[in-house]
Formats: sequence, structure tokens, C-alpha cells
Amino acid sequence: MGHKIIATGRSATGIPTGRLAVWWVIASEIVIFGGLIATYLLNRFLHGSWAESAAYTNTFIGGANTFWLLTSSYFVVLAHSAAEKRDAKTARKYLWYTIGLGGMFMGFKSYEYATEISHGFTLFTSNFWSFYYTATGLHGFHVLCGMVIMAIIAENDIKKERNWHRVENIGLYWHFVDIVWIFLFPLLYIAK
Amino acid sequence: MADTATATAVDHHDDHGHSESFWSKYIFSTDHKIIGFQYLFTGMAMGLIGGFFSYVFRMHLAFPGSEVPFFGIVSPAAYNSLVTNHGTIMIFWVAMPVLIAALGNFLIPLMIGCDDMVFPRINRLSYQIFLISAIVLIASFFVPQGGFGGAWTAYPPLSSEAEYNGTPFGAPMWLIAVTLEIVAFLLGGINFITTVMNARAKGMKLYDIPMVVWMIVIASILFMASVGPLVAGAVMLLFDQTLGTGFFDPAAGGDPVLWQHLFWFFGHPEVYVVLLPAMGVVIEIICTFARKKLFGYKMILYSSVGLGILSFFVWAHHQFISGVDPRATYLFTTTTLLISIPVALMLFAMIGTLWGGSIRFTTAMLFALSFIAEFLIGGVTGIWLGSSGTDIYLHDTYFVLAHFHYTFVPIAIIGTFSALYYWFPKMFGRKLNEFWGKIHFWGTIIPFNGIFLPLFILGAAGQHRRIAGYTAYPDLYTENFQDLRVFATGSLIVLILFQIPFFVNFIVSLKRGQKAGPNPWNANTLEWVAPSPPPHGNFGDDLPQVYRGPYEFSVEGREEDYWPQNEPDPGPSETSK
Amino acid sequence: MASHSHPSYLKIYIMLLVLFVISVAGPEIADIMKLEGATRLILVLITAFGIALVKAYYVLAYFMHLKFEKIYAPYILLSMVALLFVFFFGTATDAMKSEGHNWEKTPIVLPEDKGFDHHDDHGDHSHDDHSGHDH
Repeated sequence: MGHKIIATGRSATGIPTGRLAVWWVIASEIVIFGGLIATYLLNRFLHGSWAESAAYTNTFIGGANTFWLLTSSYFVVLAHSAAEKRDAKTARKYLWYTIGLGGMFMGFKSYEYATEISHGFTLFTSNFWSFYYTATGLHGFHVLCGMVIMAIIAENDIKKERNWHRVENIGLYWHFVDIVWIFLFPLLYIAK
Repeated sequence: MADTATATAVDHHDDHGHSESFWSKYIFSTDHKIIGFQYLFTGMAMGLIGGFFSYVFRMHLAFPGSEVPFFGIVSPAAYNSLVTNHGTIMIFWVAMPVLIAALGNFLIPLMIGCDDMVFPRINRLSYQIFLISAIVLIASFFVPQGGFGGAWTAYPPLSSEAEYNGTPFGAPMWLIAVTLEIVAFLLGGINFITTVMNARAKGMKLYDIPMVVWMIVIASILFMASVGPLVAGAVMLLFDQTLGTGFFDPAAGGDPVLWQHLFWFFGHPEVYVVLLPAMGVVIEIICTFARKKLFGYKMILYSSVGLGILSFFVWAHHQFISGVDPRATYLFTTTTLLISIPVALMLFAMIGTLWGGSIRFTTAMLFALSFIAEFLIGGVTGIWLGSSGTDIYLHDTYFVLAHFHYTFVPIAIIGTFSALYYWFPKMFGRKLNEFWGKIHFWGTIIPFNGIFLPLFILGAAGQHRRIAGYTAYPDLYTENFQDLRVFATGSLIVLILFQIPFFVNFIVSLKRGQKAGPNPWNANTLEWVAPSPPPHGNFGDDLPQVYRGPYEFSVEGREEDYWPQNEPDPGPSETSK
Repeated sequence: MASHSHPSYLKIYIMLLVLFVISVAGPEIADIMKLEGATRLILVLITAFGIALVKAYYVLAYFMHLKFEKIYAPYILLSMVALLFVFFFGTATDAMKSEGHNWEKTPIVLPEDKGFDHHDDHGDHSHDDHSGHDH
């Protein structure tokens, strides 16, 4: 950007502006996912029978997906530490590993949806399944957005060795998506 | 995310400021002032639509069955749709864009002394999403079966089942429009908060920030914190409407009251989201035109933070008759009555500021003073509605309607007008005409009371607020009550007619108004340092530095009765008095 | 962040993996040990949700560097979580309680809607069964 906005460079709090904004994005996402999880919990406590529905979710696939996301979180933090050393090659490598693991997550998720739907558990089967598809769908949408943004950062910014701070910012977002899954996983898969 | 095309476009019109086209200067600009004007004019246009709706259904209520000029016969479905969209437009597309987005965008960078928002392109994106949301909403009036008519609160099952609300296309479009609008304001809010947290002028400490900036930031945080559950709820309701899931359908094990919780957990803080910026505007104006230091800066700040926190504990007072747990109503009654304390503190601080000031009755000041008076009526009548016992009788009557119009009209209409009369010189470099401004003021305030005072009586008499054709209810269709309705409608028409001088004044003053210098009101805050209207980049090359709080009026020992924030302290020889 | 003395990312990652295995194993162990009722519930709650909290803490503190961030950031996030608790408990008084001392929330069952009972296995709570014959 030719004309540099002076405001963007200021940092009265000591947190760089981009990162501060990401914290606020995460804050607003916390209440969005939190609202969904809270309504799910209200229903879950009310309807004991939901535990039986939860028994039909595939813990193996859910577990594998947790593993992909945890590992991708590890890679994105490595990308961040490479970006801090201004090592574009390593940073790009780890960013693409992260995207790959996100792809694994989406692939497993699609397979899981397909098997569940073929077993007759659709969005309309019961409210448990409605919540299941809404929550995982919203989460999957965030994973997809994160992958796209990460690819843009890897190819547009890091390849051209600029905007290094964006690696950290997308990393924070990615970790948050991981944390949402850390909570969705026990809620939808292992608590039965 | 750096799309190079726009990046080069930005470069281009920064380097050659004069050769830019209308499109890049006014439509796709990233300048915070232009985006503020975009919000302002979109909000005013939506306000005209919302005002027209109120005219149509008030005419229908005053003269049931007869044809309304410029509209025609109002069918019950049309009535529901008009009422619903009047409420939705006035809150989401008028109060929020004008008070938070327009004022926030225009004022925040100027008042904290920086050249733009920290994320100018996200700011532009926010307006574009907002514009799309407005277009979707307007389009929803013209789809088959018409616009959504299930009230702005959209309670299921009325809102979730097309066979109940009769608008299979209007209802989802309404919901999508509201969700897009929420996304736009989340983006804008993040921008406001980050800007104020990080980009303040050198020397500006937390207690040197002008009150209106504080209020817009607190409002943005409140909005962000409260809207999450509603976004989740909106997704669920959209699935209920379009796909046929049963999140809020008791037959499928869902809970329709849950939506009310999701909605009002947002909906009540939302009241304070629009209230706080209006309060901030009034505080700025009162300080300037009373030529006095703000009474209790920190107290106002802390009470607005307390107000924000408390506002998350009161939402179920909207649901006292929805079948919530009666024991919970004790709790919510208590918190609701508690919340009047911070509001009263803030109003008292405004009145305390007036005490002993040398008050100048400009139009902006008149509007600001009337805000205090009218909002007090709204606040005091709320006590009956916050107590669960009386609310059971008054719920969903015209009493409620009159109550929240006595709060929302001061916020959205009076607050906006006072802000416009005050900041118009800064926005466009010319003053609005004061004579016509005062005519506009009296022509707004007197009919406003004429509309809503009779509605208190109608509500206390038991008229339900959502009945389209009450002629079928002989108890409500007596001559006395009908006279009150006609009086209210007549007042509304007078109020609408008195907006014509305002619009004429606005347009004429743009071109021929009295030229204003950088600081026409002798105010202290930083926006008055910049030229009027401020150029792109606001302050030129050297951004201002701040030396003191924003309200140092009538300081002893100074020749002028004001002391701009950016003026360095005089040397020790001058201060020794 | 190299100046901060945080443990290596690899260590944190391995710890997260161990925690993850425990959380998956919890309910399986409960099944193998044939636990029932409260003990099973406690075991599942601790292994599933207790460990989810620990995992979230490690990701937040070390991967997101929240431990080394200015104090604003954790406060922002914590206040949002606190508000969710307000929402949950405020709503729970209504959504979870279906009867009080002098009142009962009676679902409306229209004559032609009697067929809804088949939702029992997934949906409606048991209070439905008592509704309507409280007199």
C-alpha cells in the first residue's frame, strides 16, 4: 500500500493493531460459538435421550479430526516462529502443511457426513442431529475460511517476503478454530 | 487478503487527489469521513422509508377501513408487515448506522487525532455489506406474499413456519438482511474498538478521550458481546424457516422460548448500544454550549461501563408473560430496576454540567436538552414495565409502545438531529441555518409528545399493540379512544411535515450556508483543530498532540473560555496568577 | 517471542496429544470397567471436559502466546466467556425447569397432535407424559 495510514502503525496498548483486531474477532467468535454450544447444552441436559444419539457419532473419525487439527496447530505455530526469523521458505512450508491438515479434516468430515446421512441421520432426524450438523457445519466453514486465507498469505505475502505479522494473526485464528473443535469433540462425540 | 487491484487504486487516488472520479471518491472510498457520510445518507434514506411506514399504519389506525393516501387500503397482512419493518428499519437501519456507524466513522479518527481508521478497507467492506443488507430488506417487500410480518422480535413459531406468517420468502429474506447487518456492524465495531485502543494521538490518555468516543466504543463492545447468541439463533431460525429443522419447534423437542432468550440477550443490550452514543453526543454538546467542564467525567464513564455490564442481566424482563420461570422474574425485576441507577447518574451528571454554566441555546443545544427531558419520561415509564407485576397487565399494550418510543425517539431522532446541527459545520464547512433549525426543533418536539402521550392512555386502557383492526373490539373502539388515535396520527403528520424545513435547510446550507471556520463553536476536542471540512488525511502532515482533557471550559486565568486539547501548556510565567 | 522463556512448541504438542488420548480413552475405560451412574458420569466429565479445558488452556497460553501477551487480550476473551455463563444460567432457569411450587409448564397438546409422542426417543422430555393429567 503506497499511502501508509499512520493510524494503523500506532500502538497505544503495546499490542500491534492487527493482532489486537484478531483478538476482538476471536472475542466475537467466542460468543457466536458459545451461544450455539450453550443452547446445545440446555437441550442436552433437558433431553437425556440425546446421549443415545451421541453414541451414533463416529468417535474414531472425530478423534482423527482432533488429531489433524492439533497437529495443524503445531505446524502453524512453527510457521509463526519461522516468520519471526524471516525465513520465508520454512514459513511457507509449514503454512502449506497446515492447509493440508485442514484439508484432511475437511475430507474426513465429508466422509463422516456421507456415512451418517446414508445411515439415515440427517439434519432433520432429530434436534440432536440438527445441532450436530449446524455446529460442525459452522465450524467446518471456519476451517475452510482459515485455509483460504492461509493460502493467500502464503502465496501473496510470504512468498513476496512482506506482511510477516499476518502469519501470526492467521495462526491465532487457526488456534481458535482448533479450540472450538476441542470443545465440540467431547460434546458431540465422547460424552454419551 | 491484499487484493492488489484495490491497493493500486488506493495508491492512485492518494497521489492524484484531484483527478479521481466520482466513483472512487464517493462510492469506493476508504476515507473514514466518506464512509461516515455513506452510512449517514443510507440511514436517513432508510429513516424516510421507516417514517413512511409509520405514517401508513397510523393513518390506518386513525381511519380504519379508508384508503390511505399514497398507499391504499391496508390489509391485516400489510399492517403486520409495515409494523414489523418499521421497527426493524428504525433500529437496525436507522439508529445503528447513524448513531454508531456514521458518527463513529466520522468522529473517531478526528477526535482521537489520527488520519483514518486503522483498517480503512475493512471499513469500506463493512459499509458495503450494510448496503447489501439494506437492499435485501427492501427487496423483501416486493417478493410474492410480501414482507415479513412477525414483529421485529421474530418469535417462533410465527416466524419459523411459513404457514403461520404467510411470507415464505419475506421471512427468510428479513432474517438474512438482519444477519448481514449484524456482520457489517461486527466488522465496523472491531475497527472502532481497535482504532481507539491503539491509534490515539500522542499524549491522549484514557481520561482524555472525548465522551462520545468512549460511548461509541462501549456500545461497540456491548454489541459484539451480546450479538453472538443471536447470530447462532439466527442460523438456527433460518434452518427452521428454509430447511424445516425443529430447533424452536416444540413438536420436535425444541423450545420456542429459547429464541426469545437468544433474541433478548442481544435485544436488551442493543437498547444501550444505541443509547450510549446518543448520550455521548448530548454530553459533548452540553459541555460546549454550557461553557463548563463536564460534571463527573469518571463517574459517567464508570456508570456507562456498569450500565453495559448490568444490561446483560436484564433481558428476561421482555418475557415476563412468555412463560419464563416466575422465580426468575424476581431476579430480572431487581436487575431491571437497578439499571435505572447508572442511567439516572448519567442524566444527573448532564444536569449538573448545566448548573452555573453560561448556556447558549443553539439548535443543537435545544435538541440536547430535550433529549434529557424526553428520555426521562421514557425511563420513568419503564419502571412499570420492569416490575413483573405491573408488566403482566401492561405487556404488549400501547403503553409499552409509547414507553420505548419515548426512549428510542430521543435516541435516534433527537440525538441524531443534535449531532447533525452540531457537527454539520465540521462535516461540510458551512453552518445549518439556526432560524429554520429552531422551527424544526419546535416542530419536532411538540408533535412528538402529541403522538405518544395519548398512546400511554390508550395502553393503560388495554389496547393491544399488534391489533390491526380493533373495530371488532367495541371496548377499544369508543369515541374517546378514537379521538386519541386521530390526535396521535395528526401529530405524526405534523411531525413529518416539519421535517421538510430540515431537509430544505440541509440541502440549501450545503451550498449557501454561512461559512464556518475550523472551530465555529469554540469547542475543545481535536476534530475542531482540523479544517472544515477536513481533507483526506484530516490534519495534514503533523498530527495533533494532546495536553489535557476534552472539557476544559472557562478555566480561570485564561482569556478565552475554552482550551483546546492540542494547545501546549503556557510557560510558567503565564500560569502564575 | 524468542526472548520469552516458554517451553518448546514440540513439548506442548506432545502434551496435547497425550491429553487427547486420555480424553478419548475415558468413556472407553468407563465401559470396560462397567461403571454406571454417578461414577461413570464423573469419569466422563473429567476425562472429556476437564481435559478439554486443560487442552484449551495450553493452546491459548503457549500456542497463542496469551501468557506473554499484554493483559488486555486475556481479559477480553475471559469477559466474553463470562457473559456466556450469564446467558446460560439466565436461560437455564427457564429452559431447564418445567415445574415450580405452584405452577407447571404444560405443553399444549392439540387433539390431532397426539401422534407426536413417537418423538420420545430423541426429543421430548419425560414431563410431557405427565402433562394434562395433573388434576
